[in-house]
Amino acid sequence: MGGELLRENFQLQGRNFDKAGEISSEIKVILKELGIAAACLRRAVIVAFEAEMNVVMYADRGTVTLVLTDKAINLEVKDEGPGIPDIDLAMQEGYSTASDEMREMGFGFGMGLSNMKKNSDEFCIESEVGKGTSVFARILLDSHA
Amino acid sequence: MMLAEIKDLLKCKVLAGEEDLSVDISQVVASDGMSEILAFAKSKELMITGLTNIQSIRTADIAGVSAVLYCRGKQPDKKVIEFAKQKRIPVLVTEMVMFDICGILYNKGLKGVS
Repeated sequence: MGGELLRENFQLQGRNFDKAGEISSEIKVILKELGIAAACLRRAVIVAFEAEMNVVMYADRGTVTLVLTDKAINLEVKDEGPGIPDIDLAMQEGYSTASDEMREMGFGFGMGLSNMKKNSDEFCIESEVGKGTSVFARILLDSHA
Repeated sequence: MMLAEIKDLLKCKVLAGEEDLSVDISQVVASDGMSEILAFAKSKELMITGLTNIQSIRTADIAGVSAVLYCRGKQPDKKVIEFAKQKRIPVLVTEMVMFDICGILYNKGLKGVS
């Protein structure tokens, strides 16, 4: 979709709560420096942050791929982790499988996936139990100026 | 209402951003759940929370709030305060509990985001 202006890959480390969110902060800086409109930027970094937190909380490791085109910000987050047995259930606001440790971090209240979907113009999630989860989100540049 | 007025009203101590208290606040988002903050903040609000770990400042940065107020006198680690300074997010702490803080600010005309 549109010409590719930027592509960046980032590595995520599972269960490293101290570093959780660093990649999303980095993405925010990159997009801000590129002059992305505040509303789009905000939506993109919320999606990135929620996805990053999910990888840190549940998975062993993961990657974030940020692709900026002249029309959209695309985020692909893939992890190696337990996977999600029932995606429809996981997408329901309030449903959570979080541990106490995750809740102590202020996350795991069953809003992450729905927040990601709400802030995306296109959103899809695929998961295989025992292998991992992939999330793709597209935020259009001109729809929320 | 200026952040400096909120500081006086709630008898806050400023932990970061003493020089940025002239920021204007008209809306408030209050929760210990960071996803709730991310779901409801529209940017430029005052964020009130009892969660004082590094994720509270990360969430504030990602959500684009103007300032963070910790309730119940909870003190964050030094590294959390340093991180807030780095991100230029003012951080205040009050001894008051969240319910009282929200009631006082609501009476002064501030509104929650929804």
